[in-house]
Amino acid sequence: MIRWREAKPHVQERIGDRTFDLLCITSAFVLAVHAGHLPIGLTLGLFVALGLRWWQRRYRPARVPSWLKLPLLAVLVGAVVLDYGNLFGREPGSALAAGLLVLKLTESEAPRDARVAAAFACFLLMAALLFGQGMVATFVVALGLLPALTTWRSLEPTQASPTLPRQLLPALGLLAASLPLALSAFVLVPRLSTPLWGNNNQAAARTGLADHMSPSEFNELLTDDTAAMRVSFDGPPPPQDKRYFRAFVMWNYDGHDWQRSEQPLSTSIPVEAAKTISYHISLEPTHQHVLPTLDVPLAAPMQSQAHTDGEVFADKPIDEVRDYDVRSAVTYRLQPSLDIDTRMHALQLPDGFDPRAHALAEQWRQRYGHDNAAIIRAALNMFHNDGFSYTLLPAPLGRNAVDDFLFSTREGFCEHYASAFTVLMRAAGIPARVVTGFQGGFWNNMGQYLLVRNADAHAWSEVWLEGRGWVRVDPTAAVRPQRISLGAASAAGGQLPWYQEGFLESMRNHWDIVNRWWNQSVIGFDALRQRGLLIPFGIREADIGLLTRLLVICIAVFGALGLAWALWRRPEGDPALAALRSLERKLAQAGVIRRRSEGPQHFLRRASRALPGQRAELDHLMRCYIELRYATLEPSTESLRTFRQAVRNFHPRRMV
Amino acid sequence: MSVRTQWQRLQHWAERRLPALTRHRRQEDLPIELHRRRIYIVPTGFGMAFTLLLLVMMVGSLNYSNNAGLLLTCLLGATTSISMLVAFRTLNGLRIRGVRAGHAVAGDPIDVTFDFEARHKRQAVRLDIGEVTQAFDVNGRADVTVSILTEHRGWLSIPRLRIWTTWPMGLFRAWSWVNPHYAVLVWPRPEIGGPAPNLPLEDHRKQRLHRGEDLASLRDYRSGDSMRHVAWKASARHENLLVKDYEQPQGHQEWRLDWRHLRGLDNEARIARLARWLGEAQAQGRQWSLWLPSEAIGIGGGPSHYARCMSALAVIP
Repeated sequence: MIRWREAKPHVQERIGDRTFDLLCITSAFVLAVHAGHLPIGLTLGLFVALGLRWWQRRYRPARVPSWLKLPLLAVLVGAVVLDYGNLFGREPGSALAAGLLVLKLTESEAPRDARVAAAFACFLLMAALLFGQGMVATFVVALGLLPALTTWRSLEPTQASPTLPRQLLPALGLLAASLPLALSAFVLVPRLSTPLWGNNNQAAARTGLADHMSPSEFNELLTDDTAAMRVSFDGPPPPQDKRYFRAFVMWNYDGHDWQRSEQPLSTSIPVEAAKTISYHISLEPTHQHVLPTLDVPLAAPMQSQAHTDGEVFADKPIDEVRDYDVRSAVTYRLQPSLDIDTRMHALQLPDGFDPRAHALAEQWRQRYGHDNAAIIRAALNMFHNDGFSYTLLPAPLGRNAVDDFLFSTREGFCEHYASAFTVLMRAAGIPARVVTGFQGGFWNNMGQYLLVRNADAHAWSEVWLEGRGWVRVDPTAAVRPQRISLGAASAAGGQLPWYQEGFLESMRNHWDIVNRWWNQSVIGFDALRQRGLLIPFGIREADIGLLTRLLVICIAVFGALGLAWALWRRPEGDPALAALRSLERKLAQAGVIRRRSEGPQHFLRRASRALPGQRAELDHLMRCYIELRYATLEPSTESLRTFRQAVRNFHPRRMV
Repeated sequence: MSVRTQWQRLQHWAERRLPALTRHRRQEDLPIELHRRRIYIVPTGFGMAFTLLLLVMMVGSLNYSNNAGLLLTCLLGATTSISMLVAFRTLNGLRIRGVRAGHAVAGDPIDVTFDFEARHKRQAVRLDIGEVTQAFDVNGRADVTVSILTEHRGWLSIPRLRIWTTWPMGLFRAWSWVNPHYAVLVWPRPEIGGPAPNLPLEDHRKQRLHRGEDLASLRDYRSGDSMRHVAWKASARHENLLVKDYEQPQGHQEWRLDWRHLRGLDNEARIARLARWLGEAQAQGRQWSLWLPSEAIGIGGGPSHYARCMSALAVIP
């Protein structure tokens, strides 16, 4: 017999050690998922505070004095203000909230405190997704729900005391069981087409292609291994050395930086296309306007505008994954006739910079006369033959950057080559410009798409030739051909971080198909996609009313399923009695109905009198049942099986 | 009028109007099985607050079109709703097979044991009876013992009890009122101090201990034995002193406890005195008979006889 100590209902009881452990695990999880954007000092400080509190409660169990809590809060607020200069906003807000969660643990002694702390932790877990909603991040955050749910569970007064991992299991089961309902709600909850408050302008701190080009930023980009975009082609993909994605076109050079210049907008880019290709790009958020396109786009996609030099800009910044379809020319004549203003623009160079480069260009011009192609060849030959090398960590350049690069350091990456080459061409009187964008990418055969990473960023030149228009010249290819034919990683040699090398890189390239699926089906599932949800069922546009109705229906269906599960009971236990009932039903069909006052023996005797043809069978049944019921305390399974078998085989022959 | 009194009025009104929902359930025979028509479920205060938090999370993630956050919110919401079903399922099909009660005199708490049965495992079920709350798990069968305060002797109907749970996460509270048709018998409280029973003379002579006439045996002397009991003749033939051990003359120590001998007292005082005598007789290992106006209980002794006599006293009108 279990005897329980009587508990007064309103006594503030102290939570158990296990509950507190779970609470600490939950908080550690929250800190871990927020660590990515919190300052490292604050993260470490909070972890240490959490660990100290755990140790204190376990080994010096006493309440934390209240005179300590206020200074701790002040320290937290001070640290956040010191780090961010502000208390409000996404980053400082979540830093403050994470700190408050840890402080909440210092006063969590009553069950109510533990409940509230775990709920707050759930909120913070969700807040972590505001900083990145990648698939792995989402899964890790969802795992963080386990200790939170288990914390609540451990507050319930149950006698079972399993080990910690076993205690986490039921919560996992609960989460798994709720997945179908969660998914259907996720699909059907009407999305907002315009936000209720604020605009989602999250100023990006991360690097991306910039509309100006300076060496240090580009270098950062070349080691940034995140996906930039994914491209799927209608038809076969272009070969590796033709995969040039144009983003920005740089016209203005000030001796140090290249800047883009606002070229006139154009509804149709002045291109004579001989061969075109259609493709679909899914662009990761860049928080910029630019939409990279393959080679030369023929027209701007929806909600964007194209310039005559082939740049395409979206109307709104790309804050979420953006999908667009474009058609591009791969064999073409771009702007075959150049007006005088544009020509002067493409020849502009700052005064007083790079005298030796100017001299070299003059020298070429004199040697080759009007043969522009020969001058280009001479420059490429120089890059190829005169000891130039490709490196991501070049020596710094002085005031005359191009001169220093061409005649002393002779090492650099695509940006240096494109810049130097363009300066040389302009000095020689050939209109030229720098184009930045992406080159190469990884062809994912399983998913049939091209994965382009930020590390695939590239810069090359375009020169204008009479009769051919703008022609792409990639001086980097002259120095390191594998940069173009094999991709950025192979060109960089041993200069990349460990995770970008060899087989790991290949595994990551293949794994990207999952990321792509996640981006497309979860993150990119916006109001537009949601409306198209019912197209397979013949409904072109599912409006909010319809979606809400569907949601209600879905919830009702799942609710009914859940209720059926909750209400279902195993049928009554006694198998012998069930078999007797079945026999009674059979006999009732034959006209022998058991009376209320009648015991089984009497009833079966009466039945055998009523059905004399089956007397032997019925007598056997009766003996079986009596033996089963009354012969022993625990009937053997053998006799039970015999009786049930006999009942099943018994078919009353109706008396006529 | 304060909120509290308003709330109490509302509660009273609800109990009048909705007897099934509240504690005004009629008494019912055992066994009692909890089923869907008598289990109620509402969110706890924490459950309400958490739902509000979920709503905030949902609007936030919708506003920032953060689909991962929305997915997480949906997951939490679905988990919450399933926890409601789990709470219901914890009570659904729970049976009270029977009730057993111990003995107690009026004013002392009496132990009442409920015999619970369930087909599948139930965790963290709680039982409210009076001011007492007890938590228990049911895995097959479980006995739950609670103490109920008593005031008067006689039959005491066990109060309505509430079986409830907030399993698994404290977000929902499922409960069911149960009013089993069962009463426990509370014995009368003995008086404290008072005269010994007025015994017949011949009995008075024999009541002392160790004054039996039948010699039972001889045994070794133990310090404290009376010198008068030493068997001198026998001891002379042995190394040690031997002592005569007399059988306790129980047969002649019967107490006849009679209601009618207690004149000049009111009923309750008589009952209290008889109860005290019964307790003393039981403690001294005597035999006794009890004569009441309604019945006479013959000579006997031991716990079962004591219980019978006390129960007879308890039910005197």
